[in-house]
Amino acid sequence: MTGIFLAIAAAVLLGVYISWRAGRIDRLHARVDAASAALDAALVRRSSVALEFASSGLLDPATSVLLAGAAHDARSADTARELPESDLTRALRAVFSQPGCRASLEGREGAQELLAELEGAAHKVFLARQFYNGAVAATQAARHRWLARMLRLAGGAPQPEFFEIDDSLAGPGEDAQRSDMPHLAR
Amino acid sequence: MRVGLVCPYSWDVPGGVQEHIRDLAEALMDLGHEISVISPADNDDLLPDYVVPAGRAVPVPYNGSVARLAFGPLSAGRVRRWVREGGFDLLHVHEPAAPSLSLLACWVADGPIVATMHGANPRSRMLHAMLPILQSALEKINARIAVSEAARTTLVEHLGGDAVLIPNGVAVRRYEKADPLPGWPGEGGALGFLGRMDEPRKGLPVLLRAFETLGRDRPGLRLLIAGPGDLEEAAARVPGPLRDRVVLLGQVSDEDKIRAYHSVDVFCAPNLGGESFGMVLAEAMASGAPVVASDLDAFRTVLRGGRAGELFVTGDAGDLARAAGRLLDDPERRATVSAAASAAVRAYDWPTVARDVLQVYETVVSGTGLVGVER
Repeated sequence: MTGIFLAIAAAVLLGVYISWRAGRIDRLHARVDAASAALDAALVRRSSVALEFASSGLLDPATSVLLAGAAHDARSADTARELPESDLTRALRAVFSQPGCRASLEGREGAQELLAELEGAAHKVFLARQFYNGAVAATQAARHRWLARMLRLAGGAPQPEFFEIDDSLAGPGEDAQRSDMPHLAR
Repeated sequence: MRVGLVCPYSWDVPGGVQEHIRDLAEALMDLGHEISVISPADNDDLLPDYVVPAGRAVPVPYNGSVARLAFGPLSAGRVRRWVREGGFDLLHVHEPAAPSLSLLACWVADGPIVATMHGANPRSRMLHAMLPILQSALEKINARIAVSEAARTTLVEHLGGDAVLIPNGVAVRRYEKADPLPGWPGEGGALGFLGRMDEPRKGLPVLLRAFETLGRDRPGLRLLIAGPGDLEEAAARVPGPLRDRVVLLGQVSDEDKIRAYHSVDVFCAPNLGGESFGMVLAEAMASGAPVVASDLDAFRTVLRGGRAGELFVTGDAGDLARAAGRLLDDPERRATVSAAASAAVRAYDWPTVARDVLQVYETVVSGTGLVGVER
């Protein structure tokens, strides 16, 4: 009698544990979805501000064309976004590390606001990508545990993937890359 | 006339646009004009004295790859100073839609501007985003030149308006004299081919079939092939007994290319189509090589209807073998054809091309003042 009771109790406990694990994986997927939406918004925002800068008339036409091209490419990529987004970072870095670039914007109407907006948008990409990749790492780890694999606790949810781009706005070797607050190269 | 030429790409990196500007500048100077070129450059010490450095070009993602371009306030400032101090009757910018020095020159300058379009740019989608920015600078251009039909079509489709077609020149004096490659052409005679080995339109398979026929009757005859492509794959297509008489050079330097033209008794251009001018043909003619070419319209024109070289039925290996055989077996005929080719190719020589360009300059300059800077 006690044996059967214990077996039922164990089965119930196991069930509760499994459903808790499944719920956890579910929550992790939800976290990935939210982070992904935030990352998408940050990327779109960055390319719009870059495009706005390019068409503001504050920069010379060669610089504007470069920036507009990179922003447009980043924007129009559906899949395989990592390369065009990295290219946009590199274009921004090349443009704003040009000697005299900042000096040429001094005193121009609206320039400082636009520059601050662009720096903010670029920084948000850096943050959003970090949070997104953190959520992906946690989800992947949870899905890889043997119980999760055996019982297919993730169900049909697709395996989330990391988003790897170059989003550091300081040039390689510069200290700002180490910091968590990257700024457009000066 | 005092003319300022603007080069968008690094002077010390090899490229078609840079070469074009160098040849044009030198031809214009030979005609007695004063020329100054402004160009990005990595090493200012190696520049000819007519080139003014505009600083280093910066590698930046553009057009799906990494391009080296000059942009930003520093480059703009240098162009502005060059224009202000240059006292030019006219500016001639090259590839002004590329985000580099030429676009900056259009932006800062005020006065007569001529532009030459070199490339065929396939990115219509992207141009949509850039068009408004480009337009205000490109509107200042008074006359436009395209170096090929492809460049002209790109211009018409993407930027609107038309252009005068003035094809690239051939710097004949660079081709006239060169030493043959060691051991060439040899006793038994030599045929030559230059072009991508793996591109069917260049017609290498036709030539290989003709070489089978020619090689059977002439035991010492060899074939020299230069051009990019998979060497092993190309060698596999050569019939067994002839394999050691076909020499594959692969991609060659400019200098070796000229030497290759001087290394053969007969140069073959078996192209099947798609040639708008036949630069390779003109280069071979400038080098004095007797030419056998398929009777495409473009080739027929360059070869003066067959007087400056033999024509054969396009794609017909038998006819190619007959035409090449006639030349191989008759040194006197070769000398006649070679002399006729040297005379005919003058029409594509830079002094001739430079005169065409000058006519465009004269149309634009008449009645206007010097080039100044805006504001």
